[in-house]
Amino acid sequence: MTMPRFTAGDDPGASFPELLRKVGLDAFPRGGLSSSDVAALPHATTCLALTYDGGVVMAGDRRATAGMSISHRTMDKVVQADELSGVAIAGTAGPAMEMIKLFQLQLEYYEKVEGQSLSLEGKANQLSMMVRSNLPAAMQGFVVVPIFAGFDPLIGRGRLWDYDPTGGRYEEHDFVATGSGSMLAGTVLRVGWRQNLSRDAAIDLASRALWEASDADTATGGPDVLRGIYPIVASIDTRGWNRVADDSLAKTYETIMSEVRKR
Amino acid sequence: MSMPFYVSPEQMMKDRADYARKGIARGRALVAMQTPSCIVIVAENPSTTLRKVSEIYDRIAFAGVGKYNEFDQLRVAGVRAAELRGYQYSRNDVDARSLSNQYAQVLGDVFSTMGPKPLEVELLVVEVGDTPVNDRLFHVLYDGTLLDEKNYCVLGGDAEGIGKRLAASYRDDFDLASAIKVAVAALTGTERTLAAADLEVAILTRNGKRRAFTRVLDDAVADALR
Repeated sequence: MTMPRFTAGDDPGASFPELLRKVGLDAFPRGGLSSSDVAALPHATTCLALTYDGGVVMAGDRRATAGMSISHRTMDKVVQADELSGVAIAGTAGPAMEMIKLFQLQLEYYEKVEGQSLSLEGKANQLSMMVRSNLPAAMQGFVVVPIFAGFDPLIGRGRLWDYDPTGGRYEEHDFVATGSGSMLAGTVLRVGWRQNLSRDAAIDLASRALWEASDADTATGGPDVLRGIYPIVASIDTRGWNRVADDSLAKTYETIMSEVRKR
Repeated sequence: MSMPFYVSPEQMMKDRADYARKGIARGRALVAMQTPSCIVIVAENPSTTLRKVSEIYDRIAFAGVGKYNEFDQLRVAGVRAAELRGYQYSRNDVDARSLSNQYAQVLGDVFSTMGPKPLEVELLVVEVGDTPVNDRLFHVLYDGTLLDEKNYCVLGGDAEGIGKRLAASYRDDFDLASAIKVAVAALTGTERTLAAADLEVAILTRNGKRRAFTRVLDDAVADALR
């Protein structure tokens, strides 16, 4: 492999997807599959994010479904994007995971090429462009709908963004949910969200929202006590990304389950 | 019809080498050094924005001396080569040896055939390992010569003098502060001094997080020099 070099007019700059295109490795292939194949491919489902006093909490279940069956039990749909931000993704698993990988690479690539990180808003915009690049595939049914959240050091608080399949970018102030269980999870968040929640309260609310989503949506996985698989819940604040340990989530879900038993 | 003057290949290469060497000698030098906890790179650079030392990949750093625009383009090309390789294969498949070979190829091509003038740069590609034995220090010269260095490495103007001073004072058990102190003493010699603001210092930490590269801030450098 030789070192990629470009003339001034042809230089892809700090865009990694553009660099991939220039060297013939397009990350967003066009066409190929028909929309009837879509249902048979793995789908990732419910993810959510909410703000609390000093940051944001992101959460997502671990299940991927293909049609009527469970295809994966331990998918990571919520991942750290960089030091102060995270991304959660719902939709067709293949393109969704590829988009997450590309997004992480792009943020680090930009930082190295330009010598400084993008602003949080710049990162949100970048993700919007990636979702838009996926539009031809989305029209065929390969929809990818992410949530982007992070701590904005310029404003000093957590921020979150919601996207539509065309790349539309909507900043939300309180909470957002995406994926098949989003109506259920969103309702729990709507009822339970308050201004200036503590981190613990936000983690608890996120866990409850995922519980209710998994209770009524087959495509959303609940806490799997048998195998010890729990949703991914993480907070992002001034100190950066902090994933909640499974032990701690196990306790939270034990409490929730005991409350449900008494209903 | 006029005849072009005949220039022997020996003379042409010598002229080009002299040209490149003069350009590099005008620039300020830098030193890289292995220590038990990290690889430290100390560059004389009064600018806080035009960097000589930077991150290429998880465990790989780049440093350049000579013409800034030339080595900065090569730095970006290196980031691209590394990221593309990591994207296509795996992050573990990106290594300093392959990267420095690619640099050597570019510099060698420009020097001997392609360019109207040779690039007036010298590059350093370093990779930190789990132990100092697995560290890599590759020094790429303006003509594409690739050197595999051990313990320490000097690039830029008066490299010979600095190297001699460093050889006398180098030990393999320095902590970060003493490594910075020794590197700066080697860069300056006895006649002048350098303040923290005139220096650019970065380290590749051993056994650290995924991204090993960190810049050492001026305050910490000043403390080390005290």
